[in-house]
Amino acid sequence: MASATSETVTPPNADVQAARAAFLAAQSWLRWKRRLLPLVGGFSLLFVWWALIAVFDVKPFIAPSPLVVASTLVQKSDVLLSNLWPTVIEALSGFVIGNLFAIAMATLFVHRKSLEMAFFPIVVLINSIPVVAKAPILVLLLGNGMAPKIAIAAVICFFPTLVNMVRGLEAVSPQAMELMHVLSARKWEVFIRLRLPMSIPYLFAALKIAASASVVGAIVGEWIGSQQGIGALIIQATYNFDSALLYVTVLCGSAFSVAFFLAIRMLERLCVRWAPG
Amino acid sequence: MDAAAVVTVPAVELSRVSVRFMSERREVTALQDISFSLEQGSFLTLLGPSGCGKSTLLRVVADIVAPTSGVARVLGEKPTAARLKRDIGFVFQDATLLPWRSAIDNVMLPLQVGGGSRPQHAGRSPSELLELVGLAGWEKSLPHELSGGMRQRVSIARALLGEPRILLMDEPFGALDEITRDRLNDELLHVWRETGTTILFVTHSIHEAAYLGQKVLMLAANPGRVREIVPIDLPEPRVRAVRDTPEFGAIAAHLRSVLETC
Repeated sequence: MASATSETVTPPNADVQAARAAFLAAQSWLRWKRRLLPLVGGFSLLFVWWALIAVFDVKPFIAPSPLVVASTLVQKSDVLLSNLWPTVIEALSGFVIGNLFAIAMATLFVHRKSLEMAFFPIVVLINSIPVVAKAPILVLLLGNGMAPKIAIAAVICFFPTLVNMVRGLEAVSPQAMELMHVLSARKWEVFIRLRLPMSIPYLFAALKIAASASVVGAIVGEWIGSQQGIGALIIQATYNFDSALLYVTVLCGSAFSVAFFLAIRMLERLCVRWAPG
Repeated sequence: MDAAAVVTVPAVELSRVSVRFMSERREVTALQDISFSLEQGSFLTLLGPSGCGKSTLLRVVADIVAPTSGVARVLGEKPTAARLKRDIGFVFQDATLLPWRSAIDNVMLPLQVGGGSRPQHAGRSPSELLELVGLAGWEKSLPHELSGGMRQRVSIARALLGEPRILLMDEPFGALDEITRDRLNDELLHVWRETGTTILFVTHSIHEAAYLGQKVLMLAANPGRVREIVPIDLPEPRVRAVRDTPEFGAIAAHLRSVLETC
């Protein structure tokens, strides 16, 4: 809440300046600690991993050493990239389709309560089926191409966005609705000017979940009868006891998932500059 | 106020207006047989205990709540017609600003919704209105960057856009600290004199009711009904010093004694 107006002017006093310098030094040390400590933590875990493999002489087909993983990452980078693209395309397409459907259905639900009463319980029911159980059904329905993977990613994204979007569109205060009434606003104007902007923070909360979930959906889809993609590569590496390839594939998939999440978060920071509450 | 003498149509006229709300358990009579008339350009404050239907009364005038029985007239027409012609501005207890819009964009909202009911000539521009409520230079600020009092000023500027002939205010300063409230009271009187609009102002503060209103309409609770209409004979224009006079003290004492029986 403290805004530019609360800026205070300190008198040029030596004590005050010394205290301020000490405070700033402590602040910058804290900032460095925040950046460095996660790195320290990460490297120490890598070291423990390496030590465990070396001390217990773990066979490479059970678990690889971090050094082998690093070299595999470089050697197999073309294989990884060519398998990453299908997964990226499936996850992104599923993300877009699933969320667009969810937003459309939330809009419908908010304006037609009886539709919500009729179909929301069914959506909850379908959502309660685990992904791994839904995936084979969609593969049978849609064949072996990209379509079933996109569909699975879309289905996974759909539910959190639907629930949050309905909540967001209904998060308008009764007074704001009365204001719109006094201004004789039409229903679509209330939607565009009030409900939709109000729902954006809720939407982004869901999109951040959906970003990671869509990658999971695409990978799970690729487990079932697929020749390419991160999911197919995971299955292939497992059956060949190629643990190093398995690890770099997983690494590759999660790197994409994290990048996707961060991209959505950046978009959120651009779109939601007004702090709610 | 010689203009008021020429105008014949009352700004607001209620005759035997009752409002009943149904709930599963019981039926609540929010207002019962309310009758009063308010001439154009005047300033009426509504005072009463909580639950006496003050807000409901404002909402009848604003066409938010329809009376169960009785007739409400706004500028000689049905409240719906007045609303569609944008004769009514409403200031809520909470500023009710859209948090993603800057101050000036919030003031502009009435120009962007309501299609056909948009005022033909908007009168003062949004930036002039912000200046009128003392917020020149804050146009680009977002609501969360403004204090509670400043947010409420923005909402007053928004309500004044398009020069509505009636301004309805529902405890607009109730959530503010006393110093801010005093200042905004003076600024509201200034706005009222500048614009010549009719103001219907709900409050639960005796001092606010007496200081602002030319008349105080006192409502009794359960069910909400008119207890007394008290004319406030204080010199115009009101200045803050009037609050320290014995006359003001006597009026406040009278309002308090009536309020205790409401």
